[in-house]
Amino acid sequence: MNLLNLLIGFLKVGLFAFGGGYAAVPLIRDVVLSYGWLDQDMLTNIIAISESTPGPIMVNLATYVGSIQGGIIGALIATLAVILPSFIIILIVVKLEKKLLKNQYVQAALSGVKPCIIGIIGATGAYMILQHVFTAFPGGTADITAVIVTAVLAVIYFGSRKIFKRGISPVLLIGIAALAGVLVYGVQ
Amino acid sequence: MNRIADLFLTFAKIGLFTFGGGYAMIPFIEDNCVIKKQWISHDEMMNITVISESTPGPIAINCATYIGFKQKGIGGAVAATVGMALPSFCIIFLISLFLDHFLEIRWIANAFRGIKLAVGILILDAAIRMIRKMPKKPFTIAVTACAFAAMLFISIFSVRVTSITLMLIAAMIGLIAFLIAKGREGGAG
Repeated sequence: MNLLNLLIGFLKVGLFAFGGGYAAVPLIRDVVLSYGWLDQDMLTNIIAISESTPGPIMVNLATYVGSIQGGIIGALIATLAVILPSFIIILIVVKLEKKLLKNQYVQAALSGVKPCIIGIIGATGAYMILQHVFTAFPGGTADITAVIVTAVLAVIYFGSRKIFKRGISPVLLIGIAALAGVLVYGVQ
Repeated sequence: MNRIADLFLTFAKIGLFTFGGGYAMIPFIEDNCVIKKQWISHDEMMNITVISESTPGPIAINCATYIGFKQKGIGGAVAATVGMALPSFCIIFLISLFLDHFLEIRWIANAFRGIKLAVGILILDAAIRMIRKMPKKPFTIAVTACAFAAMLFISIFSVRVTSITLMLIAAMIGLIAFLIAKGREGGAG
């Protein structure tokens, strides 16, 4: 039953996650939290690990969740499930020589979906920040330490782009955040 | 070398050395498949990027499937796609066996408390970058703003509506807007 849920859950992610990378996070969050496969904290950990290891984030998350839920078989099923929809869709697109994507109705639907995804990603990022800087969001009180660390990280990340052409990479930001975590929480 | 094996090994290398996923992988795929192997042209590579944006799934997987299929049909598509996914599969599978024990070590757990704060920033940044590249039409801005507000509301108040539902609603709104515009054109003409 669990393996079937893994298959269905990650087929959903693979079928509806447009854009790749972080675009998949809101969807994965929906699926993973609703089946109770991970809690929010663990999900955030895995996203950070995915960012710091090679490969697409979606594939990394599927492998991890599959593995802890159903061992190696679970990992294989979840990973294949997340890849399969895009594999089949690309084959169809190549076969139809892109006619499908040039279809005006498909274009019209996509013109709604694309900005919607951007809004969903933005809201997910904003919600995750709020959740981490408040003790029991919604409600609770602000965790001053977390607010300060978040603000410093944001200034470093966005500020570095003003100084250097490309700014610091996400992996470097995660490294700095890990160091900050040890320095700030390690001494308490 | 056998072309199927070459596809598998090339994409396994790309899968092993590209961090971050998404658009971070495109320059690396271009370097290997356009410049070194000359499997596809630069124009085709641009096309794949556009197609990847309009189809679901990780961009790297989309590229691998497309290039593999163009080179060697279904067999090539499977070889390239599996090659792309295999390195990260092995690495994450190993991590999944040890992560719980790792997180019991206090300083590692503390490091992850810091990392958590960075992840939200990175996701927000992904959205900001996409907004910058988005065409600034009133329709797209309105849909983005509504989706943002709806998703935030859903998350905060734990409403049982998934992001898939929001996307399907947005697809319908896109279609309706298109039909209304078309109807007007027809009426005027």
